[in-house]
Amino acid sequence: MILTDISIFNPQSASGQTLYQLDIYFIIAASFIMLLVVGLLIYVALKFKAKPTDGEPSQIKGSKKVEVFMIGIPFLMVAFFFYLTVKTMKQVEPSVSNERPTVVITGKQWWWQATYPGTKVVTANEIHVPANRKVLLKLVAADVIHDWWVPSFGPKMDMLPGSVNYLWLNIAKPGVYEGACSEFCGRQHAKMRIRVIAQTEKDYQKWLTKSAKDINPITDSLALAGAAIFQKSSCAACHQIRGTAAVAKVGPDLTHLASRKTILSGTKSNTKENLYAFISNPDAVKPGVNMPRFHFTKAQKEAVVAYLNTLK
Amino acid sequence: MEKFYIPEPDSNLPNANISNNQGLLQWISSVDHKQIGILYLLVGVLFLVLGGIAALLIRIQLAVPENNFLTPEMYNQLFTMHGTTMVFLVMTPIILGFSVYFVPLMIGANDLAFPRMNAFSMWLSLFGGVLLYFSFLAGGAPDAGWFNYAPLNERTYAAGSGIDYYCIGLLLVGLGTVATSINLIVTIVYYRAKGMSMKKLPVFVWMVLVNSFLIVAAFPPLNAALSMLLLDRQLQSHFFNSASGGSPVVWQHLFWGFGHPEVYILILPSFGILSEVFQVYSRKPIFGYNVIVGSGIAIALLAFGVWAHHMFAVGLGNTVYGYFAASSMLIGIPTGIKIFTWIGTMWGGSLRFTTAMLFAMAFLVEFTMGGLSGIAFAIVPIDWQLTDSYFVVAHLHYVFVGGSLFGIFSGLFYWFPKMTGRMIDEKLGKIFFWFFVIGFNLTFFIQHILGIKGMPRRVYTYADIHGYAWMNMLSTIGGFLMGASFLMLFYLLFKSYKSGKIAGNDPWDAYTLEWTIASPPPLKNFETLPHIESYRPFRDIKLAKKDNQNGK
Repeated sequence: MILTDISIFNPQSASGQTLYQLDIYFIIAASFIMLLVVGLLIYVALKFKAKPTDGEPSQIKGSKKVEVFMIGIPFLMVAFFFYLTVKTMKQVEPSVSNERPTVVITGKQWWWQATYPGTKVVTANEIHVPANRKVLLKLVAADVIHDWWVPSFGPKMDMLPGSVNYLWLNIAKPGVYEGACSEFCGRQHAKMRIRVIAQTEKDYQKWLTKSAKDINPITDSLALAGAAIFQKSSCAACHQIRGTAAVAKVGPDLTHLASRKTILSGTKSNTKENLYAFISNPDAVKPGVNMPRFHFTKAQKEAVVAYLNTLK
Repeated sequence: MEKFYIPEPDSNLPNANISNNQGLLQWISSVDHKQIGILYLLVGVLFLVLGGIAALLIRIQLAVPENNFLTPEMYNQLFTMHGTTMVFLVMTPIILGFSVYFVPLMIGANDLAFPRMNAFSMWLSLFGGVLLYFSFLAGGAPDAGWFNYAPLNERTYAAGSGIDYYCIGLLLVGLGTVATSINLIVTIVYYRAKGMSMKKLPVFVWMVLVNSFLIVAAFPPLNAALSMLLLDRQLQSHFFNSASGGSPVVWQHLFWGFGHPEVYILILPSFGILSEVFQVYSRKPIFGYNVIVGSGIAIALLAFGVWAHHMFAVGLGNTVYGYFAASSMLIGIPTGIKIFTWIGTMWGGSLRFTTAMLFAMAFLVEFTMGGLSGIAFAIVPIDWQLTDSYFVVAHLHYVFVGGSLFGIFSGLFYWFPKMTGRMIDEKLGKIFFWFFVIGFNLTFFIQHILGIKGMPRRVYTYADIHGYAWMNMLSTIGGFLMGASFLMLFYLLFKSYKSGKIAGNDPWDAYTLEWTIASPPPLKNFETLPHIESYRPFRDIKLAKKDNQNGK
């Protein structure tokens, strides 16, 4: 069935499940009305088609009884769905008191930054969260409005510059979940995909500990050459690699880049070839991207790629 | 008030003895409501072609995944211009065209209250549109969507002049639209034929009246927002810039404070058209005149209290959402009532399935579809899932095309004989109808599924995942079918205009005053008018004549 891989009808979180119930009620009610209209229309078309013998039909100008039904029944339906709406809203998005968010996600043109309050962890695009536990996401934007949406998790939420939004999440089972930025945010809106990696509590804690660490010392000579280029050739002006002199926070944090499965907001897999192509000409791979083209030599590019590959 | 009956043009107007046909010059200088009505329709057609080409380019780009047919920059300009064009420069001029053409004819007036202002408004709107399109030559069209959200519309993120053209162009279009609405209100209030009390107004005229009030009240927030944005962009003010104390959400409130009433502005005249069409081709009066007029007024009032349902993902809080959920669901009730009122009108009638009637009946199906998917957005948690996905694209096209445009087509086929004096080719008309219905549903139905499967709107391309590819291909095929059926429509209109059967005054055995006079109507609409006894005055006249012949 086409609706079973990724869709709002395949909920994977508590909120998604609650919303799914409501979807089903709505679809039943909507289908009933749709069938009623189509059915009446077909009946009317077959039954009352003009015949040459027709005189002027009887000039009925309305009927109080029918009008009461026409107004009354929709009112009841609206009341029912309003009740469900309010109930579901409260259930899915209860107010946030002083709870500390598990992850702070910042929408940027055109990637996601994730920080984990209380830890040193900063990562990009692949967002790790624990499964089977209620977590709070804090959502903000650095430039224009973005929107966080993973269909299997239910609700989406805008990220606004200058204000803060929250979203509750309780993922049913570990796995990788996909989504995308859903508010138009400029040239690369299309390529702002989301990957959420839900882990068991144990794996998640392991990942947190590992990700909080600075980089390991490098021994490989090609990678060392790459590291030098990285620091010297203004890569470090935008990117942070913890444990080195690169501390800028304009572009994604690359401290553990090599441990990510994808690059470029989930649009390309994290391979040497893809990194090489992107560094060679960022704009050709991701038109409009803020990273400039550096005109490195082939050897320099290979060195930088080798360096990035050591950032496990 | 007596002296106001049958206003200009009077026989002592200085140009009354000038020939009726002076070619192009007459069209440019005309203050006659019928010619201006036709000009409005032609303006709509001109921009329909431009907006349609934009749509087809968009569909080509989206036909296959990872397509490089358009750059992201070009794609963003095109989808922005497609939306802006269709709303402001196609639907609006077309509904105004029908309004200024037929309102005076249906209420027994000889022109609008302010004929010169009528011409002024039409030309102002046209030049506003031309100015907007000039942006393509001036370094790039606006590219932040027709909704043009802050801060993406600010200089920091949109350095080119496209957005400035958007502001100034839409301000001009809006001025023209508001002026015409004031003109229509004054005309309907002051220039009705003797005896035509408000309870005897044809339903179309009622809907235009309600609609005109909506326009007058809805455009100010838009004009304010556009002016504020111009100040931000040109004089470095900070209305929408959060870094210096402004708020991007204010733009959304102002824009949708206009934008949601605008949705009803584009559908109410179609409701009016359908009400006439169903009566005439069922040979029955409307089922519940008070109900259909009252629900129109209810829609207009509620329309101002529902705007934040466009903002359910902004994070305004459950209390605010509760209110807007209630108001947005409530507005579904008067809309639903209308659907059943029209079915009631057909019930027990003697139905003639002309092309106009087919479009009216198809409207009931397509618009119900769009209305129901609209209710999905009033139910806040469903909106949280589906807003800004392709489901919205499907929904809004079911409302704008399946609703507004089907109503307009119905009106076009109904009134074409009156406007041109020639019958439309019904056989070709029906072929066009089926092509268009199939093309339309093929294009947009599948987009519901795309949205349910998580495809966001306004993306210039997509990866080959989740079956997006075949669904988009299907949609593109449907889009081209729609494009082709438009060509068929233009041919059919041209052919009927040139060589259609002569229509005579009253080819449909219709009910309202415009059918009492020649087709096309003479420069001075009415020489004499009967006293109006009901909202179907022409039927009264015909019945009286019959009674006379029968010697009663």
